[in-house]
Amino acid sequence: MEAVDFVLDPFRSGIDRRALLELALVGSLCGALGFWIVTERLAYGAESLSHGLLPGLVLAALAGAPLLLGAAGGALAAAVLIAFGSRDARMGPDAGTAVAVTGLVGLGALLALAPDSPQRLEELLFGDPLGITDGDLVAAAAFLLLGGAALAVLHRPLVALGFDPPGAAAAGISPTLVRLALLVLLAGAVAVTVQGLGTLLVLAVLVGPPVAVRGHARTPARAMLAGAAVAIAAAVIGIEVSFHAHSAAGASVALALCAAAALGAVLRPSPRAARRGARPRSLRRAPAAPGR
Amino acid sequence: MSAAAIAVRGLVAGYNGAPVLRDVSFHAAPGQSVCVLGPNGGGKTTLFRVLLGEIEPAAGTIDLSARPAYVAQTERTRLDFPVTALDVAVMGTLIHGRWWLPPRRSDRQAARAALDRVGLADQAGVRFGELSGGQRQRTLLARALVQDSPVLLLDEPLSGVDPASAALIAGVFQELRAEGRTLLVASHDVESARSFDLVLCLHGRQVAFGSPAVTLDRATLEATYGHELIVLDGGRGAVTVQHHEHGHED
Repeated sequence: MEAVDFVLDPFRSGIDRRALLELALVGSLCGALGFWIVTERLAYGAESLSHGLLPGLVLAALAGAPLLLGAAGGALAAAVLIAFGSRDARMGPDAGTAVAVTGLVGLGALLALAPDSPQRLEELLFGDPLGITDGDLVAAAAFLLLGGAALAVLHRPLVALGFDPPGAAAAGISPTLVRLALLVLLAGAVAVTVQGLGTLLVLAVLVGPPVAVRGHARTPARAMLAGAAVAIAAAVIGIEVSFHAHSAAGASVALALCAAAALGAVLRPSPRAARRGARPRSLRRAPAAPGR
Repeated sequence: MSAAAIAVRGLVAGYNGAPVLRDVSFHAAPGQSVCVLGPNGGGKTTLFRVLLGEIEPAAGTIDLSARPAYVAQTERTRLDFPVTALDVAVMGTLIHGRWWLPPRRSDRQAARAALDRVGLADQAGVRFGELSGGQRQRTLLARALVQDSPVLLLDEPLSGVDPASAALIAGVFQELRAEGRTLLVASHDVESARSFDLVLCLHGRQVAFGSPAVTLDRATLEATYGHELIVLDGGRGAVTVQHHEHGHED
């Protein structure tokens, strides 16, 4: 019974239950969405977007407006500025993006550290899952429903694009439109999730779960479901650690997500081993096929 | 009104405003096969990308009787992506619309029939990345067959495949031509080009277009391949030096 109490103690508090529910809601969708973010190699873009929306969050905090509103506005402004910065062919897209993001983070810090600003920079950077409100939970639930429906509708185009972009285009799918839809979902995910995990840690829930399950799932749908499960499990573990070790909740959850990613990567079978395992024994020693 | 399944006139295409392919004009009727020869960087893939609508031509016109089906090189697909051979073949049904709904039973039946046609009926449930090179190429051909297009673009479909797969793919090509479909096949293989109805030689521009008897002479091949061409057996045969470096300007 002591062990059961040890596990259940954190969730006897309404604050921790609320934090877990929030992280489970956003983690379910981000864990699934993350599969496509990693497949389409958008992790750097996601990180840039999450860091770059800091000024929007700070302005919302200063104005006493909902953080979700500030995050959405900040994400939009960051996306425009990053798109503009990355177009400079002389520097290359990475350098332009880095300059734009650093500038936005600097602006956000400048606003947050002004003498008249409320002391909320730490919360905005690292999140505060224990400060989740009813409004945050409603936003997370709505995000899960709408985002889940969008992922279901886009599933076949995303699979075709993830496997072979030119082949998808030849089958009538527009890679540009599908990627645009994915970016809109990403911006929504960052805007909703940033309240719980902050601008610096939000990427963990988008990238950790898909990295953890990559190579283990047999279909994209299973990878998405497994990613959602990993995100929820990491939320539980993170809150347990936070409760018992008196550590920061957002950082504990982010570390649990990253630990899951590392574990999944270590246990992942190599592509060569997977192919060798799938091939009939009689073919394993066959000579290489001639070129023609 | 042209009876051609594909007609290209004065095509110029490239990337970021820099043309990599100039002065391309050719046509093919239903049931004809065209071998597109050229070195790496000669413009074969650029031509295909224009025909697929991925990049806009800088100049010229393109008339296609329908949206072409495309068979990519297997190394351009993501081998670690978790899809089976059947999943890949089912992707061909996206051409019929309804992309927002799960595939229907008829879609799966069409995909299974296409896999059967390329000899992979018993491999339908195997992950694409776990198939052999020849089986992967046949799976991509099955996806194109599901699209049921009158025009097929095939990017080096016989490169690196085992002899059994090559023979099976060649047999399917013959069937497709008999059905009145037009095949445009990018290749490095000068000798196999002799079995096509028409040959298009590219080297940043159109070097030649016509029947194999007209185009596959030593002077044309030297203009197409330059120092990559090795002439064999007193000029009666030729091979090319292949460099497997596939950039977007291939």
